[in-house]
Amino acid sequence: MPAFPRAAAVSTRDGGLRANLRHATHTIRAKRAAAVAELDDWERLRAAGAAIKDRTLRHLDHYLVRLEENVTRAGGTVHWAADAAEANRIVTDLVRATGEREVVKVKSMVTQEIGLNAALAEAGIRAYETDLAELIVQLGDDLPSHILVPAIHRNRGEIRDIFRDRMAQWGRPAPEGLTDRPADLAEAARLHLREKFLRSKVAISGANFMVAETGTLVVVESEGNGRMCLTLPETLISVVGIEKTVPTWQDLEVFLQLLPRSSTAERMNPYTSMWTGTTAEDGPRAFHLVLLDNGRTDTLADRVGRQALRCIRCSACLNVCPVYERAGGHAYGSPYPGPIGAILTPQLRGLISPLEESLPYASSLCGACYDACPVAIDIPEVLVHLRERVVEGGEVTVRGTRTVIKPARKHAAERALMRTAGWVLDHPAALRHGQRLAARTRRFHPRRLPGPGRTWTDSRELPEMPAESFRDWWARTRGGPTATRPREQAS
Amino acid sequence: MSAGSGRADGDASRERVLGRIRRALADVPRYERPRDHPVVRDYLRTHAERTPAESVALLAENLADYRAVVHRTDPAGLPPLLGRLLASRGARRVVVPAGLPRGWLAGARVDLVPDAAALTPRELDSADSVVTGCALAIAETGTVVLDSGPDQGRRRISLVPDHHLCVVRIADQVVDSVPQALERLAPERPLTWISGPSATSDIELDRVEGVHGPRTLEVILVDGDPRSL
Ligand code: SF4
Repeated sequence: MPAFPRAAAVSTRDGGLRANLRHATHTIRAKRAAAVAELDDWERLRAAGAAIKDRTLRHLDHYLVRLEENVTRAGGTVHWAADAAEANRIVTDLVRATGEREVVKVKSMVTQEIGLNAALAEAGIRAYETDLAELIVQLGDDLPSHILVPAIHRNRGEIRDIFRDRMAQWGRPAPEGLTDRPADLAEAARLHLREKFLRSKVAISGANFMVAETGTLVVVESEGNGRMCLTLPETLISVVGIEKTVPTWQDLEVFLQLLPRSSTAERMNPYTSMWTGTTAEDGPRAFHLVLLDNGRTDTLADRVGRQALRCIRCSACLNVCPVYERAGGHAYGSPYPGPIGAILTPQLRGLISPLEESLPYASSLCGACYDACPVAIDIPEVLVHLRERVVEGGEVTVRGTRTVIKPARKHAAERALMRTAGWVLDHPAALRHGQRLAARTRRFHPRRLPGPGRTWTDSRELPEMPAESFRDWWARTRGGPTATRPREQAS
Repeated sequence: MSAGSGRADGDASRERVLGRIRRALADVPRYERPRDHPVVRDYLRTHAERTPAESVALLAENLADYRAVVHRTDPAGLPPLLGRLLASRGARRVVVPAGLPRGWLAGARVDLVPDAAALTPRELDSADSVVTGCALAIAETGTVVLDSGPDQGRRRISLVPDHHLCVVRIADQVVDSVPQALERLAPERPLTWISGPSATSDIELDRVEGVHGPRTLEVILVDGDPRSL
């Protein structure tokens, strides 16, 4: 994986991609604002969502043990996986034990994170993605580029071509004379996948929430592919990050209001499934829950960075991010793109390579992501904190062990920049001013930094300045005051 | 590792993950209990004061906004309405839960396919429609919730057929909000929340109805109690 600036430099020159992305993110953004505005108590729900997740994280061991007890009591089996390799091994063994050679999958970022499909393929097991967008990605031999709409970078013509050229290799071919009308494309996917749903004996899913108090798992979706996978097969295996736990049944009242509106801008998504263990004669006879760490406990150990584990994967931060809009999801080099990816990936994986080291810089620190986040994750705060780690090194936890990392190589110049950044961030007025100034003078910005910055830009493109700073855009389009972020009010 | 001898691999991982969590939370005071960390629940239980009639109107409006087809009738009108709706689609094989009141489909000229554990997904796929009751409906979101009760049957029957007719009792099954709904639902039952027909926006964000679940959802709001039919 190339580091972010290099990958972004390539993708920002792809005009088609930029147009697709721009259309998509702006559409969702506008719809979302309307859906959120319907609830007078949005800010209070948001604060409650953040507080519930904080409570969970501060006592995660307690809640996980309760969750395990309650899932087991309800007839499920709980497995623990410290890392990706272990999770893949557990799932592979479970599928093997059924004697099946194929599985259907509900869209799940966590199985992307651990590379489950490839691990299953190595064991001779074929995994079929059943979410329409994931199907497009899988057939196109591609990678997801958005949390909610993984094929957001594809337009209808490309999707038609992918279906026409590739469906036959995976099962039922695309209908003759397939057009690029969305309804026809959806119908082709319906026919292609229905075959698989009706015959599959094993399904693999993630989950949006796990309720410790009751052992209930929750999957939120739109198409019904989730319901198919969760109820038709005989065996269901759910791989879920340990941070998806919420303490009580009542807590769902907060998240089931925050998530749909924040994510798809709907009052409620078409389908939500909740199940607790197994139920006689209704749904799978065997249910396995694989609880995944894979860097989450390392993230938990970082007092500033831990808030990233509150994330409910709504994707709102992607849709407001000017950097994501220009760079596209692939530039982030992981299933978690956009602002959340910029703080989650380097924490889950550690600052192990130029990619992870560059991700905390994949942001203009404009703060739009924080404003949008339904669980109030202060993404800019974590970005700055991680930049400091990259540049200055310091204490981190890697695979459960505290270590001191050295400053990243070739970051001497950045260290100097960081000192400036630190000062600017302590002086929000200067930041505001600087951003405006930068935006107004952008035509004169060089492609390479002069002086001590040169070593940095030798290997990286200097990020392009947006035509207008976010604050200016906000002030112009919303007409409200610009300095409404709590951090600024405090200063 | 704290895992003692004789423990399986899986237990070692359990102890490893829990141990890492405990070390990661070194900053959390030992005496802190979960409830010591405040969660302020000052958000609203419902987003407006509504009369029962207003709640039903909002439910109908929100269901329709998500392209469910909404009908209103009374107990006497339910069988003829169901008969008409099924006939207008030319439905011949109709799946019914074991506990659906017998009289509901008295007026329908269709073959009834009773829900049974032995019913295969392929047999379900060959059915035209399914008729169910529900556990409750949520006005603010336009949602019906099924909890596999006797008049709803297994989760799969409201999923595989392409046409779902769902009956809601106005008097005692309509709540205003998500918090009110959760209060009344039993987590140990499998729950399916349905807000409009199956839909996708994955292709250039154009909404398309009916990908894998039913392409048509019709909700029938009944004034009065149709259970004794
Ligand atoms: S960080 Fe916040 S806004 Fe971004 S995906 Fe997660 S919950 Fe949504």
